[in-house]
Amino acid sequence: MPVTTAYEAKIEHISILDEHGKFDKALGAPGGKPILSDEEVIHLYEQMSICRKLDETAYKLQRSGRMGTYPQNKGQEANAVGSALAMKKGNDWVVPCYRENAAMFMHGLPYHMILLHWMGDERGNQIPEGVNVTPLSVPIGTHMMHATGIAWAFKLRGEKDRAAITYFGDGATSEGDFHGAMNFASTLKVPVVFYCQNNQWAISVPRSQQMASKTVAQKALAYEMPTVRVDGNDIFATYLATKQARERAVAGEGPSFIEGVTYRLADHTTADDAKRYRDPAEVEAWLGRDPLIRTRMYLEMRKVWDDKTQAKLDERAATITSEIVAAADGIDAPTTDQFFDHMFAEIPGDLRRQRDTMRTSSIGQNPEQAGLRAQAERV
Amino acid sequence: MTTLSPIETKIHPALGEWELPTFLPEDQLPSREGDRVIQFREALREAMSEEMRRDKRVMLMGEEVAQYNGAYKISQGMLDEFGPKRVIDTPISENGFAGMAIGAAMYGLRPIVEFMSWSFSLVAADPILNNAPKMLYMSGGQWGCPIVFRGNDGAGGQLGSTHSWCVEGLFANVPGMKMVIPSNPYDAKGLLKTAITDPDPVFFLESERMLGDKAHVPDEEYYIPFGRARLARAGDACTLLSWGRPVHFCMEAAEALAADGIEVDVLDMRTIRPLDIDSVIESVKKTSRVVVVDQSWPFASIASEVITQIVERAFDFLDHQPKRVNTVDVPTPYNKHLEHAYLPNADRIAEAVRSVVNA
Ligand SMILES: Cc1ncc(C[n+]2csc(CCOP(=O)(O)OP(=O)(O)O)c2C)c(N)n1
Ligand SMILES: [Mg+2]
Repeated sequence: MPVTTAYEAKIEHISILDEHGKFDKALGAPGGKPILSDEEVIHLYEQMSICRKLDETAYKLQRSGRMGTYPQNKGQEANAVGSALAMKKGNDWVVPCYRENAAMFMHGLPYHMILLHWMGDERGNQIPEGVNVTPLSVPIGTHMMHATGIAWAFKLRGEKDRAAITYFGDGATSEGDFHGAMNFASTLKVPVVFYCQNNQWAISVPRSQQMASKTVAQKALAYEMPTVRVDGNDIFATYLATKQARERAVAGEGPSFIEGVTYRLADHTTADDAKRYRDPAEVEAWLGRDPLIRTRMYLEMRKVWDDKTQAKLDERAATITSEIVAAADGIDAPTTDQFFDHMFAEIPGDLRRQRDTMRTSSIGQNPEQAGLRAQAERV
Repeated sequence: MTTLSPIETKIHPALGEWELPTFLPEDQLPSREGDRVIQFREALREAMSEEMRRDKRVMLMGEEVAQYNGAYKISQGMLDEFGPKRVIDTPISENGFAGMAIGAAMYGLRPIVEFMSWSFSLVAADPILNNAPKMLYMSGGQWGCPIVFRGNDGAGGQLGSTHSWCVEGLFANVPGMKMVIPSNPYDAKGLLKTAITDPDPVFFLESERMLGDKAHVPDEEYYIPFGRARLARAGDACTLLSWGRPVHFCMEAAEALAADGIEVDVLDMRTIRPLDIDSVIESVKKTSRVVVVDQSWPFASIASEVITQIVERAFDFLDHQPKRVNTVDVPTPYNKHLEHAYLPNADRIAEAVRSVVNA
């Protein structure tokens, strides 16, 4: 036979709680018991709501000049919270991009630090001891390789019950780093979960222009990796897929790939205006698929949520958000000394000289300039 | 074959948690003279193997380093001794394995990353320049990158322009990493051992043209501290300084000049970051004349930097403007004699020295 089939594959799509609030019992509640308890669903709903509220606040802060460029998470929160719950906090590692604030928060990174980072302060990346979240990665794709390396270290160190998860966008899958990370992870069989938030856009480039592939998930087939497409706005689906991927990872079965099909409801960042390149009808359609709406429907259907609890949550979210902003705002401006603090394990002589020179006004610096006053007083 | 068992030690890279080597003063290091003559490549291998025996977090990764014993046979026998978990053949993806080394280092391992050539490290620019040297800074001191990136640098002998990079001029511009460029087997071993134990990322630049060079390397363990130049020859007519392979050209030139009664100081800088500028200034104060030899392009080169620092710190001691001998400002030629003319050589160096001494 001259022609035979050398390889065949299919990509499954998982949807449990759809945009109309319809819940698939077979997948979502096998044996009658939902895979997420009501308490867990409420917890995730709260997490998504706080994240959403923070987005709104950050947007206003940016518009009033108090914050640099900020990428909203709006519309994608179910990807972050479902997957974050499936990973073990303080044990597993989260290697984020920039659209999974809630995942970082759920794994212990205080929100005011995330905000501080976007306010243009490196100290927002000074991850507290015991929090296994790596600093935000802005060069697209580079951090997936780090996640693979971290997971590889788990394996080499013989730490069996550990896995890493890394998040990235649909656009990031065009980078060489993505393919490098996928290839290494599958070749070395390391415990890492690749979570692609396919939000249909990479700034102004639509997915169809980013890749010819029908799904992002199929890219993992090339690396012989278990791969699945899920409704990314469905916390049950994102949770289930990540849970299964983590189970495989810690069982020594290597990496998995998840494509969360979702949508960026906001602009790419506050520096962008998506109205210039997106069809309003498309945005309108996705507004109806908002993860918050359907999660609330589910809770109401379970009779554990009503207008009163919603009002309470709204109030709480507002309070928490203003506390976060106050905490970030309350941090003293950094002094020029801090340029040098973390350059090397021990500061070399030439840097020490530069540092000391900057402490004086001899190189034309006025110590009264913003940020320098505190330092002038310190000396 | 050893297997890697779980590591209990703390993983935070801050200084103090590493077992740092004891640095002896230069005059207490084992002698450079002796009859244990080995090749430069063997000196590198001994350094890696000794450190891998001492510390199981240390590993070697790169293209062809394991099964093939290294493209230049530097890692000969290391796979047999340390096994495939610690001597790792990677797919052809510099960007991939350099980036992975960062993750592995962040989680407590201490990778040695071999680039077949530093020319090929250019496709890994982001991990080596944009991530590793900044990780400690960006994470507010939470994660360092104790990685040694090493490989062949400089014209390997008719390999063409894209394969003959001297990356030092370009890369030394980046803060946050250390850069070592040894010129002989003795220094190569002592400096590589220091590099492997160093808590920060180290770029270690070797030369294909020197891997077969032979010299005495002592049996005893020794570490050579970073930031200390070696006075390879003493004289008071001029300060001649370089690093890596051109140090040999300087020594040749010095020999020729001595025949004419011109005795020069030859300084082998050994590390570029940190740079031992104090030793340079000390010598310049004695000789009042200086020639810097650098096998990378002249514009914004390390030579430019060294001369700037000399002018900043010892301007009044100079009796002649400083001179530098770089490569010609063109891509490395493929042609044999053009390549020779392009590189610094003893004749050009001697000529430069004469021009400042006889002025
Ligand atoms: C290496 C690199 N190239 C380009 C950019 C500029 N950039 C920032 S975000 C972005 C689009 C990313 O799209 P995607 O991966 O889909 O993530 P999304 O923003 O949609 O979440 C680009 C091109 C960058 N940060 N890094
Ligand atoms: Mg996208």
